[in-house]
Amino acid sequence: MVANNTIPFNGTPEQEARLSAVIARHKGARGALIPVLHEAQEIYGYLPIEVQKMVSEGLEVPLAEIYGVVTFYTQFTTKPKGEYKIAVCLGTACYVKGSGDIIDRIKARIGLEVGDCTPDGKFSLDATRCIGACGLAPVMTVNDDVYGRLSLDDIDGILDNYMK
Amino acid sequence: MEGKVVTMNLVRSHVLICGGTGCTSSGSETLIAEFDAQLKKAGIEDEVSVVKTGCFGLCALGPIVIVYPEGAFYCRIKPADVEELVREHLLKGRIVNRLLYEEATGEREVKPLSEVQFYKKQLRIALRNCGVIDPERIDEYIAFDGYKALGKALTEMSPEQVIETIKKSGLRGRGGAGFPTALKWEFAAKQPKGVKYVCCNADEGDPGAFMDRSVLEGDPHAVIEAMAIAAYAIGSEQGYIYIRAEYPIAVKRLRIAIEQAKEYGLLGNDIFGTGFNFDLDLRLGAGAFVCGEETALMTSIEGHRGEPRPRPPFPAVKGLWAVPTILNNVETYANVPRIILNGAEWFADIGTEKSKGTKVFALGGKINNTGLVEVPMGTTLREIVEEIGGGIPNGKKFKAAQTGGPSGGCIPMELIDTPIDYDSLLSIGAMMGSGGLIVMDEDSCMVDIAKFFLEFTVDESCGKCAPCRIGTKRMYELLEKITSGKGEVSDIENLRTLAGSIKATALCGLGQTAPNPVLSTLRYFEDEYMAHVAEKRCPAGVCKDLLQYTIDKDKCKGCSICAKNCPVGAISGEVKKPYVIDPAVCIKCGVCEGKCPFKAIARK
Repeated sequence: MVANNTIPFNGTPEQEARLSAVIARHKGARGALIPVLHEAQEIYGYLPIEVQKMVSEGLEVPLAEIYGVVTFYTQFTTKPKGEYKIAVCLGTACYVKGSGDIIDRIKARIGLEVGDCTPDGKFSLDATRCIGACGLAPVMTVNDDVYGRLSLDDIDGILDNYMK
Repeated sequence: MEGKVVTMNLVRSHVLICGGTGCTSSGSETLIAEFDAQLKKAGIEDEVSVVKTGCFGLCALGPIVIVYPEGAFYCRIKPADVEELVREHLLKGRIVNRLLYEEATGEREVKPLSEVQFYKKQLRIALRNCGVIDPERIDEYIAFDGYKALGKALTEMSPEQVIETIKKSGLRGRGGAGFPTALKWEFAAKQPKGVKYVCCNADEGDPGAFMDRSVLEGDPHAVIEAMAIAAYAIGSEQGYIYIRAEYPIAVKRLRIAIEQAKEYGLLGNDIFGTGFNFDLDLRLGAGAFVCGEETALMTSIEGHRGEPRPRPPFPAVKGLWAVPTILNNVETYANVPRIILNGAEWFADIGTEKSKGTKVFALGGKINNTGLVEVPMGTTLREIVEEIGGGIPNGKKFKAAQTGGPSGGCIPMELIDTPIDYDSLLSIGAMMGSGGLIVMDEDSCMVDIAKFFLEFTVDESCGKCAPCRIGTKRMYELLEKITSGKGEVSDIENLRTLAGSIKATALCGLGQTAPNPVLSTLRYFEDEYMAHVAEKRCPAGVCKDLLQYTIDKDKCKGCSICAKNCPVGAISGEVKKPYVIDPAVCIKCGVCEGKCPFKAIARK
């Protein structure tokens, strides 16, 4: 799993202190694991094995169980995300309006597969399920920017904004 | 509420701006800031109140702004329009005609929302406050009879009477299967006294459905109030709302709403001085469709992989942390306060014989008015598509509507007059589901759609039971084979056999319903499957492996634009002479078709 990562883990002591505080706050509560993982991912951006170990030791939950939970839910990721997180909605409303072609175009343009991150850490690409903006289908997001009513011709222009 | 002075300034105009996810994505936050700035500039910021509301429903035309008292319904408002709206409408009292909502007939005029074509056939019960109140202010909810139903239940009704009222109303679960809500409550209430839980399923997993999100964003207190009523009915003191982490706005508004309800003593200890205690917590989902299944959802709240458990025991007997638990969906809860206030008979009068009340649908796909609609049960699909939805864009023909998402089926043109209720939908091989309603036109390939849903289920299968883990994968592979032009006639029979086995043997609702999209498209569109298999042809022109791009010699002017844009260099020719596409190199990306100024490139 670690070998898949294109960027080595470089957590800071400050991040570790924040995670310890989160663990201390939840420790002992029933069903604490998933809320802790949510917050850990907010701190680090992803959940590499190093972070899972810290959670395991802190909550005294076996690492295998944590790995099981992390890999079960699509929100949790063991790979780092890019500076610009591109997400294309593949919900039904967007799909019937052609978001499958949109994602193919982006893949071709930046040479990424879904779920991966470019080696320079700039872009990552995800296919998301419905983000609920079906009225604007097809929709993609780059970080917090939402682009709706897309056509294939829009893609290059949108990506250019982030290439600089 | 002791010592709290609630002030609501008297203003001459209200500007309601939609703050739902659809309109926020279209830029309504910037719009609010611009209104504040322009009102200040005009010096009328004390006379006009800007309210950020929940979803109005007409997401396609967002951001939406309604100005009262006139009721002017403005659409697709850009920040640059705000100065004019403030100057003309709010300062001088002149409606800005060019920004008003335009009916299909082309008319633009100010009229009550109930007369706008999109709203005419709608009846808003679950969505009653969405787009009307500011969801971040509990006072506005209370001003619209909020928490009155809880007060009535706690002070005038016994828990048995609450359950009896819900039973008489005929309310059925809005999350998919349509199980009678009161029965769940009754089972849980009959369990011995002790710790019990009330849960809300806000893990809206159906891709293309956003009813629950809109209720939570537009009217979070309605769900909180209903959960407190349910808790009173079954004897519980703790509730959990399990909500998708992908809905940040809904999560934020729920947190604010819970805080405010606690502050007002509407959650916590000794509510309304009756000795009834109830507390509520949020649990964020983490993106797993199977967690919409009730036992999987509870396993997830407990902090594990969200895998379902065999039933019985049912959650009402042994649910969350092995104690009696009820779980209802957001929309189901949103109906409860109104039923308690208006009475069971009022609710039972709406809808059809076995499906009472209304249903909210997220209307999407190839339709003009994409958005959120709430209609009485028994409304026909034709009324929804043609009258409320405004028909299909670009003069295309309606082909089918898909309901119920990955568990549901499709309704073809010949059944468009079917009344929409639980039982009629089941009888034609579709299902109500949570309320996603995706319209497809002649350009949609039904085999491709079935494959899309199967890919989804393969992805989302939790892997616990073999029929779902392996069976859906095999079905997906057969569909992949058919859409790539390698299908055989026997594959269609194999699909049917596999579907039957999976339906009969899978552990939970996800697996048991996973074959539905295939079965229902086979039922109504078998000819399309046959075209893929026997003629190696995709009638809708979607399946790439069965397509070929060709250049029409007579239309091509030899401008070379297609060749310049082809990413793989499959197009060659001499300038001013017809170009040709080499099918061996062509990757069928469709770029040339879009770029050709003479429409000389055809897809077959």
